[in-house]
Amino acid sequence: MNNILTIADKTFNSRLFTGTGKFSHNQLMEEALLASGSELVTVALKRVDVQNEQDDILKHLNHPQFHLLPNTSGARNAEEAVLAAQLAREALGTNWLKLEIHPDPKYLMPDPIETLKAAEQLVKLGFVVLPYIHADPVLCKRLEEVGTAAVMPLGSPIGSNKGLKTIDFLEIIVEQSNVPVVVDAGIGAPSDAAKAMELGADAVLVNTAIAVSPNPVDMGKAFKMAVEAGRLAFEAKLAQTSSQASASSPLTAFLFDEE
Amino acid sequence: MTFKDIFAQYNWDEVKAGIYDKTDRDVEHALNKTGKRDLEDFKALISPAAAKYLEPMAQLSNQLTQKRFGKTIQMYLPMYLSNECQNICTYCGFSLDNPLRRVTLTDAQIRREVEVIKALGYDHILLVTGEANKTVGVDYFKNALKLIKPHFAHISMEVQPLDQQDYEELIPLGLNTVLVYQETYHKNDYKKHHPKGKKSNFDYRIDTPDRLGKAGIHKIGLGVLIGLEDWRTDCFFTAAHLQYMERNYWKTKYSISFPRLRPFSGGLEPKVEMNDRELVQTICAYRIFNEEVELSLSTRETEKFRNHIIPLGITSISAGSKTNPGGYAVEPQSLEQFEISDERTPAEIAHMIRACGYEPVWKDWDVVYS
Repeated sequence: MNNILTIADKTFNSRLFTGTGKFSHNQLMEEALLASGSELVTVALKRVDVQNEQDDILKHLNHPQFHLLPNTSGARNAEEAVLAAQLAREALGTNWLKLEIHPDPKYLMPDPIETLKAAEQLVKLGFVVLPYIHADPVLCKRLEEVGTAAVMPLGSPIGSNKGLKTIDFLEIIVEQSNVPVVVDAGIGAPSDAAKAMELGADAVLVNTAIAVSPNPVDMGKAFKMAVEAGRLAFEAKLAQTSSQASASSPLTAFLFDEE
Repeated sequence: MTFKDIFAQYNWDEVKAGIYDKTDRDVEHALNKTGKRDLEDFKALISPAAAKYLEPMAQLSNQLTQKRFGKTIQMYLPMYLSNECQNICTYCGFSLDNPLRRVTLTDAQIRREVEVIKALGYDHILLVTGEANKTVGVDYFKNALKLIKPHFAHISMEVQPLDQQDYEELIPLGLNTVLVYQETYHKNDYKKHHPKGKKSNFDYRIDTPDRLGKAGIHKIGLGVLIGLEDWRTDCFFTAAHLQYMERNYWKTKYSISFPRLRPFSGGLEPKVEMNDRELVQTICAYRIFNEEVELSLSTRETEKFRNHIIPLGITSISAGSKTNPGGYAVEPQSLEQFEISDERTPAEIAHMIRACGYEPVWKDWDVVYS
C-alpha cells in the first residue's frame, strides 16, 4: 500500500529492515522476522560459520522474501571492513553490505573517517554499500558523493532503545539526501519507527526492540504496522503543527485598510 | 601514568570501611539512578547493606544484560597447554612446590587436543599455562598460535604476564584476548599468597592491563581470585581498574571473571568465603555498574548454581572443561589445576541454556578481524 522503495537494483514492499542478533532462539528469530514482513535482514559475518553449509542462522533465513545484508560488525578500521566485505560477498553470495566500523567496543559508535574511506573503496569494488553512521548531515553528503546506495544514520546509541535522540539532524539528512535514508539504531518502540517514517525516512532498521521483547513475533508485527502507518502518513502529508495563535491585533492589517 | 599510580592513592582499609559503611539509602540511590553508576554506587551495590536488595538487583541486571547482549550466551573452552610453573602460589595446583608430573604439550599433542575440542563445537578457545618462561615463553606461544589459529574464530590466553613488545608480536598471530587476574589487590598479602617466582612482583602484574592496552589488544579480562582476601574490597578495585582501563584504552573490550577458590590436590582452604547469594550480588553489581562489560562464569561453579545463573547478568560460559594439559585427548588422567564442579558436556550445557530461553553462541568473531 505504501510507495515501493528502491535501493540500487532492488525494490522493497516493506520499509522495515531487521537485525538477526540477540534472539533467544534462531527459530524464534525466523518467526519474528516473517511476522515483521521484513525483506532485508542484516547478518553479522562474525556470527556466521562460513565453512558450515548447515549454519544455524542462515538456515533460518532461507526464505525467498529475505534478502541478506551482511554487516561488518567487529571491524575497527577501513582495512578490516573491506576484507570482511569481500569475505561476506563470497560466503553469502551478495554484494550488498551494511558497512559498520566501530573502534569503540563499549558504545559501538561508528567511525566517520574510516567509514568514508572504506565506503569509497567498496563502491569501486562493486558493492552496494549501506553505511551505518552518526546522524551527521555532512558525512551523509560525503558518502552519497562516493556512491553509497543509501545512508543509515543512527537514532540514538545502538541497543539503547532511546528512540530518535538525533531527530533534528535526521530531519536535515532527510531533506538533503539524494539516496534513501534508513534510520538505524536506537529505535526502541514502534512509535519511534512511526515517527522516523513520518518525518520522511525511507526505511528503518530494528533489532534489539524485536529480539529482546518477551514476544518477538508480536513485536515484529507491531513494528510492521507502525512503519506502514508512519509511511502512509508521510505520503498523505501530515498536518502542520502550529503553536501560533491568531493575533488579536494584526500587525499587517493597516496594509489592507480601505482609504 | 598507569593504573598503579591511581591505585597508590587508595588505602585498602579505608576502601573496605567505605563499603561496609554503605546504608540502605546508598543502595537505593544506586539502584534508582537513571544515568551511569559511579564507583561509590558500586561500593553500595557490593556492600552488606545491598544483600536485602538482591531481587531488585537481579531484575535490573537481567534487563540491562538483555538490552546489550540479547538472550544469548557465548560458549568458550579452556585448553591447558602446560602445567610447568616456576611460581609458588598458595592456592594453585600448578604451584612449583606441588609434586606433580609436569607436562607441556608438543605440536602433535596440541593438534590432537584441537581436533577433540573442535568436535565439541567450540570456536572460541582460551589457552592456559602456568609460568615457565624458559620452556613456555613467547616462542612457545607463537608456535602454539600458529598451530591453533586456523581452527578457531577467537583465541584468548591466560598465561604469565608478558612485556608490551611480546604482546605486540603475539597479536598479529591471532591473539584476540588476554585474561590477567590480579588475584588480589591487597598489596601486602599478595606477597604471602605468592612467596616465590616472578609472579610475586605485584607491580609488574598490576601494570599488565596497561601494557596490553598499549599493545592494542582487542579484549582484556580482569578479575580477582575470590577467597584470598575481603572479596568486596577486591571487587571494588577490579571495578576501579575497569573504569580506568575503559577511559584510557577505549578501543579495547573488557570482561570480568569472579572465580571462587576451588580445592585442588594438596591445597589450602579459602581464607574468606563467598556464598552463592554473594556471588549473585557481585555479578549483578558489576552489571549495574557497567552495562557493556562481559561477565564470564566457569565450571568452577556447581550444576545447580549454573542452571539458575544464565539470566542474571553473565554473558559467557565454559562447559566440559578440563584443567589439565592434554585433558581432552592426550592424557585425560593427568593432574588438574583445580577440581571443576559442573562436569556436564558442552551439549548438555547448551541444552540447559536453551531451556532458560537463551541461545548458546559458538561463534561471534571472525579471523578476518584478526
